[in-house]
Amino acid sequence: MRHTGAGLDRDVRAAGGRPWGALLGAEANLGDRLFRLLTAAFAAGAVVLLAAMAFQMTRASAPSLSRFGLGFITGRHWDPVRDVFGALPFLFGTVASSLLALLFAVPVSLGVAIFLAELAPGWVRKPLGFIVELLAAIPSVVYGLWGIFVLAPWLRETVQPGLAMAFGSLPLFRGVPRGFGMLAGGVILAIMILPTIASVSRDVMLAVPSTYREGALALGATRWEAVRTAVLPHARSGIFGAVILGLGRALGETMAVTMVIGNRAEISASLFDPAATMASVIANEYTEASGDLHLSALSELGLLLFAVTVILNIVARLLVWKVARVPGGSRRT
Amino acid sequence: MDAHRKRKLVDSAMRGACTAAVLLAVVPLASLLAYVAAKGLGGLSWTVFTELPGPVGETGGGFGNAILGSLYLVGLACLAGIPVGVLAGVYLAEFGDNRFGRIVRFSADVMSGVPSIAVGIFVYTLVVLSMRRFSALAGGVALAILMLPTVTRTTEELVRLVPDSLREAGLALGVPKRRVILRVVLRTGAPGIATGIMLAVARAAGETAPLLFTAFNNRFWSASLDRPIGSLPVQIYTYAVSPYDDWHRQAQAAALVLVAMVFVLNVGARLLTRARGDSR
Repeated sequence: MRHTGAGLDRDVRAAGGRPWGALLGAEANLGDRLFRLLTAAFAAGAVVLLAAMAFQMTRASAPSLSRFGLGFITGRHWDPVRDVFGALPFLFGTVASSLLALLFAVPVSLGVAIFLAELAPGWVRKPLGFIVELLAAIPSVVYGLWGIFVLAPWLRETVQPGLAMAFGSLPLFRGVPRGFGMLAGGVILAIMILPTIASVSRDVMLAVPSTYREGALALGATRWEAVRTAVLPHARSGIFGAVILGLGRALGETMAVTMVIGNRAEISASLFDPAATMASVIANEYTEASGDLHLSALSELGLLLFAVTVILNIVARLLVWKVARVPGGSRRT
Repeated sequence: MDAHRKRKLVDSAMRGACTAAVLLAVVPLASLLAYVAAKGLGGLSWTVFTELPGPVGETGGGFGNAILGSLYLVGLACLAGIPVGVLAGVYLAEFGDNRFGRIVRFSADVMSGVPSIAVGIFVYTLVVLSMRRFSALAGGVALAILMLPTVTRTTEELVRLVPDSLREAGLALGVPKRRVILRVVLRTGAPGIATGIMLAVARAAGETAPLLFTAFNNRFWSASLDRPIGSLPVQIYTYAVSPYDDWHRQAQAAALVLVAMVFVLNVGARLLTRARGDSR
């Protein structure tokens, strides 16, 4: 049961029309007015922080912005010693590792979501939901540790030689199997964004009215046909939103990727080669930046990440809200 | 008849695929937990909790300072993040059905998607540059910012769940609104809000990226606001990427401690909601 009542806000609607009515309300009691103003001030915190982040990071990256302009994005050389900063290798690393992660994570998370929302018997749902949540709760740095000592060796000794043997003629699988590199980054990101995509998609699917499902089943559809014809079409834009949320997480994820991707500012077609992402170069170089311009260039990378993830999140929220419109917003179980 | 069998076949195939996806998703988690438990237990001992890190290259020593530092930083973050988040959530639930409320709600959701490393840069420019040094204060601020959206949105959801009849009962007795909210509504929602806070704390405790250039690291005991301070996640990172075997062992032990902390917070949060008989 969800009480969607307007809380204590009914009288405000009567006060509607006044420009500050929303903030000050129509409370007769002075203490109540102050209380409302106080909570409003704290609520404004989120907006102020977001704006302050945009402002501060733009200011910090101003020297780099004015020095390199668009060349920052197209430049291929990142050389702190000579004060030349081109971020293309990092942009490439971030985009490629995130897309790779989506490639692995989307099918699996959709499978998990369909299983949780449609197929699983009641007694499995709760524990399984908890396991998915646990996957999301494990700190990034612990994933990185596991990546260094378990995932990377496994990739180096089992997966990469196999891939090289089978598809070695493709540029994607050329080079020395090191374990550490783009492939490891993509895999670890996939594991980390899986819970996000799976749980949001599940919520979106659960928000599809059960009459649709029942209608399809009553017409003789199999369970899968009901999912495909009744549930998925209605959940589609919400699922798309879930995927974008996952992409946003992948783009900004720092520690685990930094620990396994190899950290070399190169653009290579091979998944075996080391790479670097925007977040990883910030993590590696920010504390020991060699000069003001270096620091500013790193801040500009941060600003780019910030801007891209904010835009992606806005798009994703709009998509998810459209489907699963819950008064409290995104539902977490 | 044939078409019917084909449909049945597709149905079982897709069910099978979904089940396989679940298994595939569980494998990394199982592998990770097994790895951390097996390796971590080996490196665990009392000295690990009580001693400082040994000199570089020597074996032995512990990371007691990092554990204390993590608690210190998370404590600082709670001090700032919880009151602000809870009151903002109260606003959204009680007075937030207007344009300002929608903007705040949206900002909080967007903020929860901002990469933590970007928050680190923000706090660096704001706090570290003005103090001219890395500090525990800066680390606490960064973690507080990361906690804020979760605390705000959970509080809002839980306050909305409190039945209006309780509010009306209070108001009918002539109790001022603010006291109805603080004494009746918040108290009724407290277990759920505590759940949200615990989840936010668990997330903050594991954050590494924003601490790298705010709290930095410290190989010694420290409890001063204006000095760099060690923390478990940063310690794990530093040790994991180091070339020393002994440090790797310490990183694994520290990871076990961190995962155990996060696990306890998560399970605790679960139990708290269950105890309340919440059917969600």
